[in-house]
Amino acid sequence: MAENKGVIVFGETAGGKLAAITTELLGCGSKLAKELGQELSAVLVGSGVSDLAKEAIAFGADKVYVVDDAQLKDYQTDAYTSVMEKVIKQAMPQILLLGQTSIGRDLAPRLAFRLKTAASLGCLELAIDPSSKLLLQTKPVYGGNAQAVFTCETFPQIATVRVKTMEPLERDQSRKGEIITVDAALEPSAIKTKVLEKVAEKVEGVRLEDAEVVVSGGRGIGSEEGFTQLEELARMLKGAVGATRPPCDNGWVPAGAQIGLTGKIIAPDLYIAIALSGSSQHMSGCSGSKTIVAINKDPEANIFREARFGVVGDWKKALPALTEKLKELLAG
Amino acid sequence: MNMIVCIKQVIDPEAPPASFKIDSASNKVVPPQGVSPVIDPYAEYGVEAALKIKDALGGKITAISLGSNQLRDIVKKPLAMGADELVLLEDEAFDGGDSWSTAYALAMAIKKLGEYDIVFCGREASDWNAGQVGSGIAELLGLPSITLVKKIDVSDGKARVERVTDEGYEVIEVPLPVLITVSNEIGEPRYPTIKGIMAAKKKEPTIWKPADIGVEASQIGAAGSHTKLLKLFQPVREGKCEVIEGESPEEAAANLAQKLREAKIL
Ligand SMILES: Cc1cc2nc3c(=O)[nH]c(=O)nc-3n(C[C@H](O)[C@H](O)[C@H](O)COP(=O)(O)OP(=O)(O)OC[C@H]3O[C@@H](n4cnc5c(N)ncnc54)[C@H](O)[C@@H]3O)c2cc1C
Ligand SMILES: Nc1ncnc2c1ncn2[C@@H]1O[C@H](COP(=O)(O)O)[C@@H](O)[C@H]1O
Repeated sequence: MAENKGVIVFGETAGGKLAAITTELLGCGSKLAKELGQELSAVLVGSGVSDLAKEAIAFGADKVYVVDDAQLKDYQTDAYTSVMEKVIKQAMPQILLLGQTSIGRDLAPRLAFRLKTAASLGCLELAIDPSSKLLLQTKPVYGGNAQAVFTCETFPQIATVRVKTMEPLERDQSRKGEIITVDAALEPSAIKTKVLEKVAEKVEGVRLEDAEVVVSGGRGIGSEEGFTQLEELARMLKGAVGATRPPCDNGWVPAGAQIGLTGKIIAPDLYIAIALSGSSQHMSGCSGSKTIVAINKDPEANIFREARFGVVGDWKKALPALTEKLKELLAG
Repeated sequence: MNMIVCIKQVIDPEAPPASFKIDSASNKVVPPQGVSPVIDPYAEYGVEAALKIKDALGGKITAISLGSNQLRDIVKKPLAMGADELVLLEDEAFDGGDSWSTAYALAMAIKKLGEYDIVFCGREASDWNAGQVGSGIAELLGLPSITLVKKIDVSDGKARVERVTDEGYEVIEVPLPVLITVSNEIGEPRYPTIKGIMAAKKKEPTIWKPADIGVEASQIGAAGSHTKLLKLFQPVREGKCEVIEGESPEEAAANLAQKLREAKIL
């Protein structure tokens, strides 16, 4: 175990750039590496990703491992696990960080079991224990009702980090680093799965993750038509519409609108929560919002423990009045 | 089709957040008074996924659950929904495990069951939100795994599976046997029928001890864990909500608009 050294970040790319989560992980990783007095590396796996190695250096990596192979164009569990196993055995890091994304959630546990170590998924905070030098992994448990701090005594210590919880470093193009190419050496026969199709959900207007204002509805909205009223307010505020799980399960809104532990994580300036109870699993996805406003007919609803401002009453009466008054105020 | 579903008994995650308590001395959750435990919701979606395939193609579903103090009425729910067999890994030695030791024991039990085409798990259990046991079982058994699944079609020894991604979803083809972790988009679990409940009452679960699945006490439960829980705590909530008054909800809402403007939030 003594030979394991350094922090390594699994980088994801999006639209030919480093994904935001990758720069966040590099920011967090560089702090941990500094504390340990060790190096920060990044791994880029994919097809046509070599050009981004310099970007990873600009965002803080000392070393970048690049595995560029046409067979790695799409994320596939088998292929990526095998490639990452190879990189980790070469780099021998103490700590491996991934994003809590649809890729990280899949890759981290499979890789952890392959490497006979353990992972913590969805961490909010990472720190180095001053005495043991182990990674302190803080993550929500019981749907966010509690948080737990875990350590792992086998290397590498693996953690996935929730999006938007870590600060990236300032991009610095003068930063120097080493780029190491690794041959994927994939056996096509070892890849049992085949990606037939990738379907991206169409988004009209602002993406939920980018919106400064989110108008969100819960089970109490009651119907697809109900949500058109939320859309009206969202449109006026140049924001996006979100939801708890029941409206998604009922098909009132697309599945991609779900916010929470198993949905999207957002941190808008303003979160308007309408007819939703404020379950811990839902709040896990939006508790980083600057201001939360609630409309709920139940004064005892948990959302009033989370909100800054609240209106107690039927949303069917309150929402049109809120929209009307805001229209008037924002025009004036 | 032979299918296995891993299920788990948990504290009801839908209990009001205000009723949630932990005992910080022992780092344990205090089960809320008067709220009965449930099957982990995502595992229940897993049961539903298996039942959908059984409806279409026929076959046998075996549920496996690892834990102690498993209430028979609770863990028999998959049987009441339409599963055929229930295996309980029940022994103190299984207690206090992490994802590693739990996946290991479940993998060994699945190996003992022998024949299977699909193993189902939930995407993450509602207690520790670990999200690892499914992938772990797959790795230990050398199976392909597809996580966060919302739709499954089986034909000709292959499954065509839709997997939820951050952007939408992807369609993946995989040969059987495979391990699948299920997401809520698969569709609400069905209610047990009266007939199902009666059948479940009569059915006795199979109980396996560590020796029955060929594992040592050192490989399972707390002893077989890789992770250590240092601390469990409840985040502090500020809870300073200003309730906006008004003669009617309409008036309160208009006052709220005014307030948001004054506070320069909008
Ligand atoms: C492991 C796990 C993960 C989960 N992940 C997520 C997740 O990512 N996101 C998520 O949202 N959920 C998630 N859930 C589900 C979560 O536990 C709750 O079931 C869900 O968030 C409840 O949604 P809700 O608040 O809309 O519904 P409810 O809890 O039913 O609340 C409805 C609210 O509407 C109010 N209301 C009703 N009618 C009106 C009216 N006319 N006017 C005003 N108010 C009204 C009621 O007072 C009530 O407070 C998860 C659960 C588990 C177990
Ligand atoms: N003790 C257990 N017994 C049976 N199945 C389990 C157990 N723990 C986890 N699982 C399965 O693994 C899924 C994910 O759990 P976890 O990785 O603990 O979040 C659950 O939804 C179950 O399907």
